[in-house]
Amino acid sequence: MYQYDEYDQRIVDERVAQFADQTRRYLAGELTEDEFRPLRLQNGLYIQRHAPMLRIAVPYGNLNSKQLRTLGHIARTYDRGYGHITTRQNVQFNWPRLEDVPEILDQLAKVQMHAIQTSGNCIRNVTSDPFAGVAADEIVDPRPWCEILRQWSTFHPEFAFLPRKFKIAVNGAKEDRAVIRVHDIGLDIVHNAAGELGFRVLVGGGLGRTPIIGEEVAAFVPWQQILNYCEAILRVYNLHGRRDNAYKARIKILVKALGVPEFARQVEEEFAHLKDGPSTLTQAEIDRVAGRFNDPVLSALAQDAGYRARLAEDKAFAAWARRNVRNHRVQGYASVVLSLKPYGVAPGDLTADQFDAVAELADRYAFGEVRSTHEQNIVLASVREADLFALWQEARAIGLATPNIGLLTDIISCPGGDFCALANAKSIPIANAIQDRFDNLDYLFDIGELEINISGCMNACGHHHVGHIGILGVDKNGEEFYQVTIGGDQGNQTTLGKVIGPSFAAAEMPDVISSLINNFIDNRQDDERFIDTVRRIGVESFKTRVYAERTARLEAKEIAHV
Amino acid sequence: MSDIIKNGRVHADEWTVLRLAEGDEAATIALPAGRVIVPLAVWQARREELLPKAEAGVLGVWLAGNENPAALTADLSALPLVAVDFPKFADGRGYSIATLLRTRLGYGGELRAIGNVLRDQFFFLLRCGFSVLQPQEGKYTPAQLDAALASLNDFSEPYQAAVDRPEPLFRRQSRRPLQGEAA
Repeated sequence: MYQYDEYDQRIVDERVAQFADQTRRYLAGELTEDEFRPLRLQNGLYIQRHAPMLRIAVPYGNLNSKQLRTLGHIARTYDRGYGHITTRQNVQFNWPRLEDVPEILDQLAKVQMHAIQTSGNCIRNVTSDPFAGVAADEIVDPRPWCEILRQWSTFHPEFAFLPRKFKIAVNGAKEDRAVIRVHDIGLDIVHNAAGELGFRVLVGGGLGRTPIIGEEVAAFVPWQQILNYCEAILRVYNLHGRRDNAYKARIKILVKALGVPEFARQVEEEFAHLKDGPSTLTQAEIDRVAGRFNDPVLSALAQDAGYRARLAEDKAFAAWARRNVRNHRVQGYASVVLSLKPYGVAPGDLTADQFDAVAELADRYAFGEVRSTHEQNIVLASVREADLFALWQEARAIGLATPNIGLLTDIISCPGGDFCALANAKSIPIANAIQDRFDNLDYLFDIGELEINISGCMNACGHHHVGHIGILGVDKNGEEFYQVTIGGDQGNQTTLGKVIGPSFAAAEMPDVISSLINNFIDNRQDDERFIDTVRRIGVESFKTRVYAERTARLEAKEIAHV
Repeated sequence: MSDIIKNGRVHADEWTVLRLAEGDEAATIALPAGRVIVPLAVWQARREELLPKAEAGVLGVWLAGNENPAALTADLSALPLVAVDFPKFADGRGYSIATLLRTRLGYGGELRAIGNVLRDQFFFLLRCGFSVLQPQEGKYTPAQLDAALASLNDFSEPYQAAVDRPEPLFRRQSRRPLQGEAA
């Protein structure tokens, strides 16, 4: 992963000093609540339901074992013994004391970490493919480009107080695993007809209250110009984005209001002034940044016979390998997903001891490096096939080997009403109740690939719009209900789900999911995935089934009470 | 009289910022005596009358966040002072306006941030080309304003290009590849 140089380190150290002074002035009453809010938010610090919540940046999901141990230490010392992987690949802690935050930042800086721009109305942490650099379908490794964007956006003086938050994602593979279509800027690394490298630029995607799929604003921006082009987009947005209504302040609203052709015209006009300017990238700079990634140098190994023998004789190991192990671009290696979705745990949570244990696994089996994922799991990018069996046994011992990646119980969930001050409803207990209902592994495998995404409110941190099944917590007269969407998808065919009808009580949710699954099983053709069946037969049949079975349940209940 | 920050030091200000109250007409409002910074609307309504004052160095113009700095293109060489108003410190349009004035429109005179200007934004304001920072009157005690000067230098080597350092770090400094460092 990227190694800081003296300049990177100095910026983070200077930030620690700056924020320590800001916190001191706030506690001394020199900074008002309103004045401190944007400052603390731009440092990932929320005031939450129970305590401040601190969101630590994990640029494009890359972490090393030293950093994991520091996170474990923070969880143990300043929090209640655990931390949480977010859908933006960051790590957040729910219980630190405000007074401790400067000290936490100081400890993070010592391992090349920070909490810069993980919140607030600025350019947020850049996200990307957790399999970057090792994916078999990769066109170009997106990480150096992510790092260049990270540096450009860090404390960008012109764009520190935007109308609203601003999120950039970069994809460098054939399959989009960075969900670029639901970002303010989605960058797809492409080659043009002449074989030159550049970026296809999507703008105006986003979930939340007004979910919109990003639209193409430029089919090809040469790589040298990408910072100039992003600057043009940001300047148009900064000057013309709405500031009168926070719900209409995202760039997607501006793009919709102007229309894509007019928005693109304004960006082009701005870009014409910036093109070939000082921020134009050079090959030397790309090489330098790429050269600061200390990736292991891998050469192809013979396929491991022992691994294949184990697969044949150990059913549990084979099940794990099938779901949690992915092909690697180098023969003899594989990528492993550690599931943070065991039964009964908040999706994405890791205990302090697990942080340490994952660090240990990374050091022993994965060149000391891990990735956090949008789906709230952890990836060991490069593991020798010969080590997979031992790794599996150890991962199992620490509870991180549930063989459910991509299956129904691999649920994306926001922290919800248990933690978040914005939430209308709980998320984690719903996730746990569904996991509980579908605890039979054979049945899960049979159902196949299925994404359930749960958000506790309209802000959609759980990305429910793009779940094959999406669940949104809503508040009705002070009571928690859940609205269900189906047909959403992320990736190359990113689609927003459709609401199936009136919302449900929390206790009904496992039954609702069962009805959806039963309807799928009854209608699926061959090995069709849930999403493919929904696409083929439409939402109506699912809707009918869910509400008919619900009525039957309610009637049965009434009869029982007579 | 309010204090301003210029060239890294606190100075007593010599200018008055004129703001239109409800019912005030740009064409008829009486100007205060001395050096005055008028709203764009006043400048546009009375350009001929005010141009000699600008050329004499005693009149400047301020822009609101929703005003296009290109409206001043023809006058920038005559204006000794242009100010940009921050109605809220978290309203960041002024940063882009300042950047455009310096880089696109070539304005070289005094560029002043007025309105809700806080010390925690000083570093960003300077980077975008402001040469004078004017916190709201009474916002800081003299001692606090002296202490606030430290915020002018929050970061020593920022990454990206901006008005104050028009080249990004990778062009300003020779940054080493990994191989050049001791393990």
